[in-house]
Amino acid sequence: MISTDANSQQNRWKHLHKVLTKSGPYCDEDWVPGQETISALESSKILVIGAGGLGCEILKNLALSGFKDIHVIDMDTIDISNLNRQFLFRQSDIGKPKAEVAAAFVEKRVKGVKITPYVGKIQDKDEDYYMQFKIVICGLDSIEARRWINSTLIGMVDMEDPESLKPLIDGGTEGFKGQARVILPTLSSCIECQLDMHAPRPAVPLCTIATIPRQPQHCIEWAHQIAWQEKRKDDAFDSDDMEHISWVYNAALERGKQFDIHGVTFQMTQGVVKNIIPAIASTNAMIAASTTSEVLKIATSCNPYLENYMMYAGEEGVYTYTFEAEKKPDCPVCGNLARKLKVDPNSTLGDFIESLSERAEAQLKKPSLRTEEKTLYQRFPPQLEEHTRPNLGLKLHELVEDGEEVAVSDPAYTIDFRYKVIFSK
Amino acid sequence: MLKIWSMKQQQQQAENAEGAAGKKKKKVTAAQLRVQRDLQELTLGNTMKMSFPNPDDILNFTLTIEPDEGMYKGGVFNFSFSVNQNFPHDPPKVKCTQKIYHPNIDLEGNVCLNILREDWKPVLNLNAVIVGMQFLFLEPNASDPLNKEAAEDLRTNREGFKRNVRNSMAGGSVRGNAFERVLR
Repeated sequence: MISTDANSQQNRWKHLHKVLTKSGPYCDEDWVPGQETISALESSKILVIGAGGLGCEILKNLALSGFKDIHVIDMDTIDISNLNRQFLFRQSDIGKPKAEVAAAFVEKRVKGVKITPYVGKIQDKDEDYYMQFKIVICGLDSIEARRWINSTLIGMVDMEDPESLKPLIDGGTEGFKGQARVILPTLSSCIECQLDMHAPRPAVPLCTIATIPRQPQHCIEWAHQIAWQEKRKDDAFDSDDMEHISWVYNAALERGKQFDIHGVTFQMTQGVVKNIIPAIASTNAMIAASTTSEVLKIATSCNPYLENYMMYAGEEGVYTYTFEAEKKPDCPVCGNLARKLKVDPNSTLGDFIESLSERAEAQLKKPSLRTEEKTLYQRFPPQLEEHTRPNLGLKLHELVEDGEEVAVSDPAYTIDFRYKVIFSK
Repeated sequence: MLKIWSMKQQQQQAENAEGAAGKKKKKVTAAQLRVQRDLQELTLGNTMKMSFPNPDDILNFTLTIEPDEGMYKGGVFNFSFSVNQNFPHDPPKVKCTQKIYHPNIDLEGNVCLNILREDWKPVLNLNAVIVGMQFLFLEPNASDPLNKEAAEDLRTNREGFKRNVRNSMAGGSVRGNAFERVLR
């Protein structure tokens, strides 16, 4: 097994090929096992978002599952505290971009796989970039980034182009808890539909922090949020700046002394200000394994995929539960996709609003409207109404571009409407 | 992979809705849409006004409260609201732009209102926040102080506290701190 000749390279995929070349009782009826499926797997371009705790596992798993063309995005650089679980990184890599180091490591370890790194934010890239992938898999720690990629992928779905529907596989962990979910943009429940399931992280009342701290964490919050603002108003706090952390640490230590609270440490200071939730390597491994299995199943159709949410709770014993999260009919992202609406560019905004009240699905009584850039007409509060009233007399082409999206809300309806206005020639 | 697309076609036929083709344009964000809705559903009454430095940006605005009863009657108080793209998952950020004497507002303008921090939930809306803000002026609360001295005054000497409020609103000093004149 230690030789690396062509024969053992073939052997490497022996077990994977068994799965892909034989049909089974749970396989899709239309699925044709064999070389075609193997080629589909090898040519599928997969995007991995995040090269951290989950990302390292995901990249390794994808490469070892036979994917050959993987892209990875991450904006972060490697920190010493990552090394305990982000196993693609070594001490000598500290300070280097995660995406690049992870890509190089996996490419070196698994021959024949191509991993293309991008160091930067997902928001740097546009729809053309995301369009090239077959599946997007993410291991992120921020809800904001998830919401962004979710709405981007949903916005890309185009009825005339089957390739525009990109399954999104999302994994997340927090300590001993985790979740894996499969999102088929516009078909199944999306991240925005499920937003209520994320409990916002518990915050300590500002008054406790300001007056009577009880825990060392309160002292740190005080130093970070109140003392910093008083003493160093002009410096923007940067949680990666050692001097800033030290300053907060010392201020917190001082406050701890005043209230006879012990236990403020430098590490705890870092944890509190950077909002670090202890990451557990094996939770990451489990969730990443689950999400990458889904990528394999969806890319090859070899087995039924997860529908659509698997939660894992390992903090008190072990509990896992898989259920089908439902689409929210009033989801602001996938619940009301923009409908095309032909308009005369020379009619006024007032006429347009009038016409909305006659549309069967809308029959809007008191709508407010906007585009991403402009507040077209806002009925309340009065100051905005005054500002936007002159728009009612303007022609549509003076306010919106051909093909731009207009979002309409009306107090009479709990859902909002989106229209893509198309200028009639 | 093909299966997923045929599911999409079925769904599309069932709904007979139109797809979204054509040029790529920026889409109204979920946060903008929610704020548009929230603004429409506000109840401002006679004591509150809003202003928008940039009317096209509805995520940043100023709320002016002019209490018509209580100890802060006659004052004009300004708060800056900043809503980020993660709204309503994140609460709006609210700050008093004046230096005022109030047990629940510190000298930097930070506001101690439970629903702006620990009790914020995405089901709450901007109206809930402004009602809470208004309540702070009707019933200043000594048990959750942000300005400790003001809270102590309120607790130990209500009449003295009232005098301090009047004095500070007129631009006077209380306990060595000069306050901004906020009278109408």
